[in-house]
Amino acid sequence: MKTLAELAAIRDKMKDKVAIREGSDTTRIVVGMATCGIAAGARPVLSAFVEGVNNAGLAEKVTVTQTGCIGICQFEPVAEVFEEGKEKVTYVKLNAEKAQRIVEEHIKGGKVVTEYTIGADNAAK
Amino acid sequence: MKELSLNILDITMNSVKAEASLISISMVEDEQGWMTLEIADNGCGMSEDMAASVADPFCTTRTTRKVGLGVPLLKMAAEQTGGDVKIVSSTAEEDHGTTVTARFDTRHIDFTPIGDIVATICTLIQGSPDIDFVYSHKTPTLEVSLDTRELRAVLGDVSLAEWEIISWIEENLREQYQNN
Repeated sequence: MKTLAELAAIRDKMKDKVAIREGSDTTRIVVGMATCGIAAGARPVLSAFVEGVNNAGLAEKVTVTQTGCIGICQFEPVAEVFEEGKEKVTYVKLNAEKAQRIVEEHIKGGKVVTEYTIGADNAAK
Repeated sequence: MKELSLNILDITMNSVKAEASLISISMVEDEQGWMTLEIADNGCGMSEDMAASVADPFCTTRTTRKVGLGVPLLKMAAEQTGGDVKIVSSTAEEDHGTTVTARFDTRHIDFTPIGDIVATICTLIQGSPDIDFVYSHKTPTLEVSLDTRELRAVLGDVSLAEWEIISWIEENLREQYQNN
């Protein structure tokens, strides 16, 4: 059973880690979570990013946050990746699997997954 | 929306946007299968005019376009089971906030399944770790609850959005649902 005592133990383990992390974020993944995003499947996409970043051991450098409507509702679920000193990358029509691949190849590996970007989606039409 | 838990996520985002510090989400189902969903916040509240017109799809706070579907979609989900949605809001200084109450007949064929409510709660906490959430779900055979104020008292400075903490919350809720 997940007890409060267990939560206290987790807290004690976390304390040192959190102190190092503060101010060291360099990459932000922002997921659109307005009505359009939620209806299109943004919730599992967000979960996949949060889980993926943590499993890749990148939680100290990467934050996953939520935002409202980005304004391109027909492309939802949408996520934007902001990296220091680089141009913003907009990923569209995401699902959990695509989010996992973005974490693996782009966030971890440094290579943009071009086929999921808004540019690639537009070019395909 | 495919799941009622997605409507709940969407509607609760309005409370987040209203800068609430405390949001309560409760679902109570009676013996006859009627479920009352209540999402109550202490956010900035809305004027009477605004509260009366949010069920209109052409009323929105969005700046990106002119339609807002959050409340209309919830209303549709409730009304298609024979239920309804009520919104009470106040901007009074000492007692501001909004309460959205929706009633559903869970036995109705058009009742949208609740779906993954645990994911909704975890998503809300992950996105707004500084807001307190009080969640409760009661049916004649089930009782699940979570109050982030209790967790915060244990956690001190450690954020509720930390992966380890969100995971604990998720497992805690899933265990409560399994053990009922």
